[in-house]
Amino acid sequence: MFKWLHPYAKPETVYHLCGRLMPWLMGAALLLLLLGNIWGLAFTPPDYQQGDSYRIIHLHVPSAIMSMGTYSAMAIAAFIALVWQVKVAQWSVLAIAPIGAVYTAIALITGMAWGKPMWGTWWVWDARLTSELILLFLYLGVIALSGAFSDRQTGAKVASLLAVVGVINLPIIHFSVEWWNTLHQGASITKFAKPSIDPSMLWPLLINILAFKILMLALLCVRLRTAILVNEQHRPWVKALAGD
Amino acid sequence: MQPRRQKRLFAIVLVIGLLTGAVAAMLYALQQNIDLFYTPSQLVDGLGESKIKPQVGQRLRIGGMVVEGSVKRDPDSLKVSFDLVDTGPLVTVIYEGILPDLFREGQGIVAQGVLQDATTIKASEVLAKHDEEYMPPEVADALKGIKHVPPSQQPVSGSYE
Repeated sequence: MFKWLHPYAKPETVYHLCGRLMPWLMGAALLLLLLGNIWGLAFTPPDYQQGDSYRIIHLHVPSAIMSMGTYSAMAIAAFIALVWQVKVAQWSVLAIAPIGAVYTAIALITGMAWGKPMWGTWWVWDARLTSELILLFLYLGVIALSGAFSDRQTGAKVASLLAVVGVINLPIIHFSVEWWNTLHQGASITKFAKPSIDPSMLWPLLINILAFKILMLALLCVRLRTAILVNEQHRPWVKALAGD
Repeated sequence: MQPRRQKRLFAIVLVIGLLTGAVAAMLYALQQNIDLFYTPSQLVDGLGESKIKPQVGQRLRIGGMVVEGSVKRDPDSLKVSFDLVDTGPLVTVIYEGILPDLFREGQGIVAQGVLQDATTIKASEVLAKHDEEYMPPEVADALKGIKHVPPSQQPVSGSYE
């Protein structure tokens, strides 16, 4: 069933695949980021209550969505690394973690910057904010654990286990605004209902979400290529590559 | 699947399953503590199945909609009082300080303070709770009849008691 996937377990194949995809992904991400941000920040109408302050949504929501999306990607890679012990999956976990940590930090910081003028406080310990902060700590934990053992293999394994276990936090973050009463508002865009954000403001937001997604893949390609080269530096194919 | 991989798969799924169960049980037990605030009905009727009511003098947060026409400002100071509602009873909040920009009648807010009697709270902090609706002013005007008025230009309604 998954036979077609097998070639991609080979580091050399992945290295070249990432090399081919990277420029396209990076180009598309930058283009969409420019489009989404300029549209969102300059050409959408202001909100009826928040005025121009709401525009931070164009950074906050995409980074918050991708902080969780990136985590699920990392957890899937970690699961594959633990069960099937595919080296490329193992390296992907460590390649993804810092990207997700930065997305989470962006989501938290933009949220705080919005919360001060709108709510009247930078931070409140409600379920949504706290669980998102825990997500940041999970990312930092994965990064720290992978470097905490003198044997790099053990470190990577323990980090992967934390990444897989931390998946429990994702539904908690997502449903926190429904399960408990929180200061954070509910979701403005859901898959099944009509979005509660006006169409004129929605499009740049969707473009930015897509841009953040593609940017994550592009950055993953860059980081995974480096990880492959570092880990395979004594292999003949890397030596041949360096010799050219 | 190789038996070795199968064993690892079962081990990991078991770990995740047990941890999920543990976390779910914990969250369920702490359910009422994770809520950020009481709603006015919870404050008056009690919380949960055992109907535990907060005691006078207790520090708590209350969250609800500001009742239309209930905002009373003291013209000489920053003292303000207003009523909050969710589905049933009213709860009065007394506050002295600067209200957030989004504060207005009909707006959801969360106030932190000390319970003075069964339905009065002396707040030390008032936060605006924004809902998930985003729209341009014209749409809001057409849809809800809401005109954006900055708090500095809002009329003083009622007198402070």
